[in-house]
Amino acid sequence: MEIAVFLFLSGIAIVAAANILVQRHPIYSALSLIVTFVALAGIYIQMHAEFIAVMQIVVYTGAIMVLFIFVIMLLNAGAEQKVPDKVHVVKYFGLPLASLLIFEAGLTASRTFDGEGIPVESASINLSGNTEMIGRALYTQYALPFEVTSVLLLVAIVGAIVMAKKEL
Amino acid sequence: MDGSLALEIPQIFPEIALSVFGIAILLLDTFLPKSKRHAATGIALAAIALTAVFTLGLVGEDGTFFSGMIVVDGFSIFLRITFLVVGALTVLASSSYATRENLAVGEFQALVLFAIVGMNLMAASNELIMIFLGLETLSIASYILLGIKRSDAKSNEAALKYFLLGSFSSAFMLYGIALAYGATRTTNLEAIGREIAAGSAGMTLIYVAVGLLFVGFGFKVAVVPFHVWTPDVYEGAPTPISAFMSVGPKAAGFAVLVRVLMVAFPAAYAKWLGLVWLSAVLTMFVGNCVALVQSNIKRMLAYSSIAHAGYILVAVATRNQEGVAALLFYTLTYALMNIGAFTIVSLVSRQGDRKTYLDDYAGLGFKQPGLAAALSIFLLSLAGIPLTAGFAGKFFIFRAALESKFVWLAIIGVLNSAISVYYYLRVIVVMYMKEAPDDWSPVAMSSSAIAVIALSVLGILQFGIFPDMLISLARSSVIGYR
Amino acid sequence: MRNYFPLLLMFVVVAATVGAIIVLSAVLGPKRRGKVKDSPFECGFQPFQLPTDRFFVRFYLIAMLFILFDIEVVFLFPWAVVFKALGWAGFWSIFIFIFVLGAGYVYAWRKGAFQWE
Repeated sequence: MEIAVFLFLSGIAIVAAANILVQRHPIYSALSLIVTFVALAGIYIQMHAEFIAVMQIVVYTGAIMVLFIFVIMLLNAGAEQKVPDKVHVVKYFGLPLASLLIFEAGLTASRTFDGEGIPVESASINLSGNTEMIGRALYTQYALPFEVTSVLLLVAIVGAIVMAKKEL
Repeated sequence: MDGSLALEIPQIFPEIALSVFGIAILLLDTFLPKSKRHAATGIALAAIALTAVFTLGLVGEDGTFFSGMIVVDGFSIFLRITFLVVGALTVLASSSYATRENLAVGEFQALVLFAIVGMNLMAASNELIMIFLGLETLSIASYILLGIKRSDAKSNEAALKYFLLGSFSSAFMLYGIALAYGATRTTNLEAIGREIAAGSAGMTLIYVAVGLLFVGFGFKVAVVPFHVWTPDVYEGAPTPISAFMSVGPKAAGFAVLVRVLMVAFPAAYAKWLGLVWLSAVLTMFVGNCVALVQSNIKRMLAYSSIAHAGYILVAVATRNQEGVAALLFYTLTYALMNIGAFTIVSLVSRQGDRKTYLDDYAGLGFKQPGLAAALSIFLLSLAGIPLTAGFAGKFFIFRAALESKFVWLAIIGVLNSAISVYYYLRVIVVMYMKEAPDDWSPVAMSSSAIAVIALSVLGILQFGIFPDMLISLARSSVIGYR
Repeated sequence: MRNYFPLLLMFVVVAATVGAIIVLSAVLGPKRRGKVKDSPFECGFQPFQLPTDRFFVRFYLIAMLFILFDIEVVFLFPWAVVFKALGWAGFWSIFIFIFVLGAGYVYAWRKGAFQWE
C-alpha cells in the first residue's frame, strides 16, 4: 500500500514536472508546478513530515504560486518566443553535458557517501506526526533564531513596500 | 522563552536595542509629515550610541548563550564595536546624501540599523542556523538599501544583481549547512568540531560542506572568483551604501568565515588552507590589476576593496591568534579609510551621483584643499603608506603570515601593495597636477559629512602612528580563540 | 498512514464526482454551436480588452505581503499544537514574534500598502 501510494504520488509529480517544461505558455507551466507541489506534499506526509507538507501547501502552493502567476501576468508573457539562433550551441551541447554531469555526480555519490551521514532515528517517527516536536524545539531551544526570523520578515515587508509602493 | 533563556537576554541587549529602535523609526516615519522625517538620523545615532554602551557592558563576558546559539567573547565584542562604528559613520554620511537625493530617510536609517543587527548576529553566532539568519537579515537589508534610489536605473540594477547573485550564494551556503548537518547531526559549530575530531563524521561530506560554505561567505566578502558583482553593485549603489557594503558585510563575512573554519572545521585545515591560499592570491592580483585600468572612481574603489579582501584572506590562512588579531585591526581601520574615501566621492559626485570619473577630480587640490588633503590621506592609507593605519594593518597581517611560515603569501601581498600604490596615487596626481575645468562648481559640504571625514582622518592617523593600543586590544580580544 | 484514509477517500470521491460531471455533461448535454456561444463571455459585455494585457504592479506588492504574512501563519501552526505544554515560555516566544510582525503590519498599513492607489 505504502509503495503504491508513493509510486502514484511520485508519478504525478514527475509527469507534472515534465509538463512544466513541455508547455509553451508560462501560465500552464505555473499550473503544472502547483500539481507537482501538491504531489510532493503528499510524499512529505508519507514521510511523516506533516509540518513540511503543510508548509508546502500553505506557502508554496498558496502564496508563492500566486506571486509566480502575478509576475507572469505582470510581464505579459505570451506564448514562448522563438529561441534566437545563437542559443543553438547550448541546445546541442547542453543536454549531453548535463547528462554527463548528472551521471558523474551520481557515480561519485553512490560510491563515496556509502555509510556516511546520520542514521534516521526511528523514535522521531511516530504516527501522531512531528509537528509537536518541531513546536517544542522551535519555541524553546531555537527561540532566538525564531525571534530573529520575525526581524527578517519585518525587513522583507519594508523591502516589498519600499520597492513596489508608488509614494512612500 | 523559559526562565533560563530570559536570564540570558542581557547578552543580546545590543541587538534588541538596535531592532527596537529600527522598528520605532519605521513606525514614527509613518506618523511624521515628510518634512520632519529626517529625525530618523538622530534616532539612529542615539540607537547606535546606546547599543555601544550595552556592547561595552558585555566586555569580560565569555560563554555561549541561548542553547549554544550565541557566543559572547572578545572577538564578537570587538566586531560588534566595529559594526557600530561602520553603522554610525554610514548613518552620518548618508543623512545629507538622503536629503540631496530625496531618498526615504526613515526606511534608509532603519534598514541600516537592521543591517547592523544582522552583522552583529553573524559575528556572535555559534550555530550555522543563526549565521544564516544573520546573513539573510543583513542581505535583505542591503538589497533594499542598494535599490533605495527607486527612480535611478543604475541603483535598481545594482540591487537586482546583488539580489540574484546573493540568493544564489545563500543557496550554496544552505546546501553546505545541510551537508554539515547530515555528516555530524548538529549545526552547532563547537559540536561539529567535536564530532569531526571524534572521527564519527563522514569526511567527504565535510569537505564538500566546507567548499560550499566558502562559496557562500566568499561571495559576501567578494573574493575571487566570487567577486564579479562587486564593481557593478558599488558603482550603481547610493554612494554611502557603497561605502557600507565595502566594509560592513565584508567584516561580518570574514568574522563568520574565521569562526566557522577555526571552530567547526579545524580538522579539515589541510583542505581549506588550499582554497583560502589560492583565493587570496587570485583576489589580490585580480583586484589590484583590474583597478589599474579603471576610470570611474567608484569602480576603482570596488576593485580596491576586492584586493583588500585578498589581504584579509592572508590573515585567515595563518590560522593563529596573531592573524585573527591582525584581521580585527585591519577590518576596523579599513572601514575608516574606505568610508572616508567614499564619503568624499559622494560629495564630489554632486546631485544624482553623476561626477564619479577620475577627471572630475582635476584641480580639487586647489579649489578645495581640505577635501583633497583628506582624500589623499584615505588613499595613502589604502595604499599602505607608513604612518597611516593602512600600513599598520598590512604590517600586522604580513608579519602574522611570516610567523606562520607563509613566506610566499607575504611576498605576494607586499608585491600587490606596491602595484596598488599606482592607482591610488593616480587620483592624487589628478587632484594636484591637473587644472580644474572652467565650469567647476564647488563641492557642497555638510556638517555631518565633515564629521565623518574628520573622524576617519583622526582614526587613521591615530591608529597609524600609534597602532599599539588598538592591536593590543585586538590581541586581548582573541585570547582563548583557537 | 491509516490516519489519512479519510483524506484519501475524499480525494477519490472528489475525483470521481468531478470526472463524472465532466463526462456526463459531455455525453448528455445538447450541443448547439453558434457565433455568440463560441465568443468569450464577459458578464454580458462585449469583450473590450485582451486577456494578455499587462497586470498592475500593485498586485505584486499585495502578493509579496501575502507571502510574508503567510509565513508568519506557518510559524503559528506548530505553536498551536503544543501551546499548552509550553506554557508561558511559548507564549512569550510567540508574543515577541507577533509583536515584531505586528509592527510591520502597522507600518504597511500606515504607508497605505493595503490601499488601491
